Amino acid sequence: MTEYTGEFRRLADVAKSIRIDCLKMALAAGATGTHIGGGLSLVEIMAVLYAGVMRTDPSWVEWPERDRFILSKGHGAMAYYAALKQVGFVTDEDLLTFKSDETFLYGHPSKNLERGIEFSSGSLGMGLGLGVGVALGLTLGGNSTSRVFVVMGDGECNEGSVWESASSAAHFELSNLTAVIDRNGLQYDGPTESVLKMQDLPDMWTSFGWNTTVVDGHDVKQLYQALHNQSDGPTVIIAETAKGKGVSFMEGNPSWHHSRLNSQQFDAAMEDVTRSSD
Amino acid sequence: MWSMLGSAGTFGLAALELPQIDPKVLVITSDLRNFSGLDRFAATHPDRFINVGIAEQNMVSVAAGLVHEGFSVFATTYATFAAARSADQVRVNMGYMNLGVKLVGMAAGLSAGLLGATHMSLEDLAVMRAIPNMTVISPADCTETVKATLALASHDGPAYLRLGGGVPHKVVFDSDYEFEIGKGVHLRRGSDVTFVGSGSVVASCVEAASILEAEGWSAGVVDMHTVKPIDTHLLETVADESKMVVTVEEHNVIAGLGSAVTEQLAGVGNPPLIVRLGVADFFPHAASYDHLVRLTGLSADGIVNSVGPKLEALRLMS
Repeated sequence: MTEYTGEFRRLADVAKSIRIDCLKMALAAGATGTHIGGGLSLVEIMAVLYAGVMRTDPSWVEWPERDRFILSKGHGAMAYYAALKQVGFVTDEDLLTFKSDETFLYGHPSKNLERGIEFSSGSLGMGLGLGVGVALGLTLGGNSTSRVFVVMGDGECNEGSVWESASSAAHFELSNLTAVIDRNGLQYDGPTESVLKMQDLPDMWTSFGWNTTVVDGHDVKQLYQALHNQSDGPTVIIAETAKGKGVSFMEGNPSWHHSRLNSQQFDAAMEDVTRSSD
Repeated sequence: MWSMLGSAGTFGLAALELPQIDPKVLVITSDLRNFSGLDRFAATHPDRFINVGIAEQNMVSVAAGLVHEGFSVFATTYATFAAARSADQVRVNMGYMNLGVKLVGMAAGLSAGLLGATHMSLEDLAVMRAIPNMTVISPADCTETVKATLALASHDGPAYLRLGGGVPHKVVFDSDYEFEIGKGVHLRRGSDVTFVGSGSVVASCVEAASILEAEGWSAGVVDMHTVKPIDTHLLETVADESKMVVTVEEHNVIAGLGSAVTEQLAGVGNPPLIVRLGVADFFPHAASYDHLVRLTGLSADGIVNSVGPKLEALRLMS
């Protein structure tokens, strides 16, 4: 366990709060089940992005100099919505409507600018291309302040369209574009390397012309530093994470990719999360 | 003059006018700059021209991202790669998010016929019109291609512009006329039959109507340039005044213009007989454009051959 102080302590606390909200959402969603495993692996990434790095303003949703965020792995929606709560786009009551019939918090994000959701996603492999277009548009429009963040899954990197977009981001030298890969090592059908061997993921990105950094995706300090770095081209941060992070019976267990959380499991999970020191 | 350029060359010329209509216009292509008639645009406006290489799915996503940032974006590729290969990107990044990319499908229908079925586009209307928020336009000739391109520059939502036909392209409009998205053009009226065509086949419909008129039938023609939203008012007028409606399209007979017209007319009180002409659900052999148009029965003579006996039968029944 890392002991944090100051700003990093604050970010770790935000992460813990997001993790607790994810569990509450999973419980409230009941029998429909949720993508809880991939939501929990994303928690520190979302905490650092929304509470430590990104420029957002819920009182001026179209603030031209805001940073743009695309959750390309749309099934990580729970951690996204909980992070939006941290900056004031959604409320606790909103979160508990997750996956209910009338909610605006769909199982995959659906564009809703007022609530801070700028892009719809869910079909994998499309967010990076969208991010390339947004980053290019900002550059062409003379906005050199805003940055574009695209969060993807490691399984998502199976999609060929990801690599079309990776090529074009490097070709257009988009230094305002940062991709974060939630490298939790598991996809729907099991370990990523057994479903489709991706060779060496960092080398793949480097060979496509990206500045590549590998960090511990649950270490808010490493994430913070990597997310603040910008260079002369696109940057990818491969965040090594554990699916189901923070909950002992979910960690590294593919059956928690999408599953129902009952109230006993919720109590046990809450105990794990609240007991942890970071 | 435009007709000599074909629809792609005409689109390229029309594109030169776009920056005057919208100063935030960009044109993006997937390695089809010259094929889309855009060599002059790229040379004149290098700062407005983007090439993403042979990566159509990425092109649609990038175009949607640019629209999100306030640009007006025309994106070009082969019609079949726009509609079939990139269908999910069109569905999510254009349709679902309602981002107003103008996706331009080149060589639609049979016009790339010599290249074989991989380069024909006989399913694009079916895909595009089934996606919510999409506007689908298929101009009848080069004049209409210019008008549609310029009209789309000031249209907000996502749209698909279907360009095909031969070079030179047959002429339907030899003088100026009013073009409005969603409003078909009633070229001539007929009480026995009205052809409802879309795209390059409209010229053949006009020719077929003339042949039938010479044989004593009253034959009308509608240029249904906007396949979605379809002009329901005009279809109701045609259904009222004609005993038979014949849809004609350079597209699979399944799920294109013919289906769109049938869906509408199924709801009217006393529907006319509807005949749907198109490519009869097969992959045509590679051949020149004119040959394929004849082979699929979409030449003027082919249309008359399909419709003539049905008109005779209808007369005997009444």
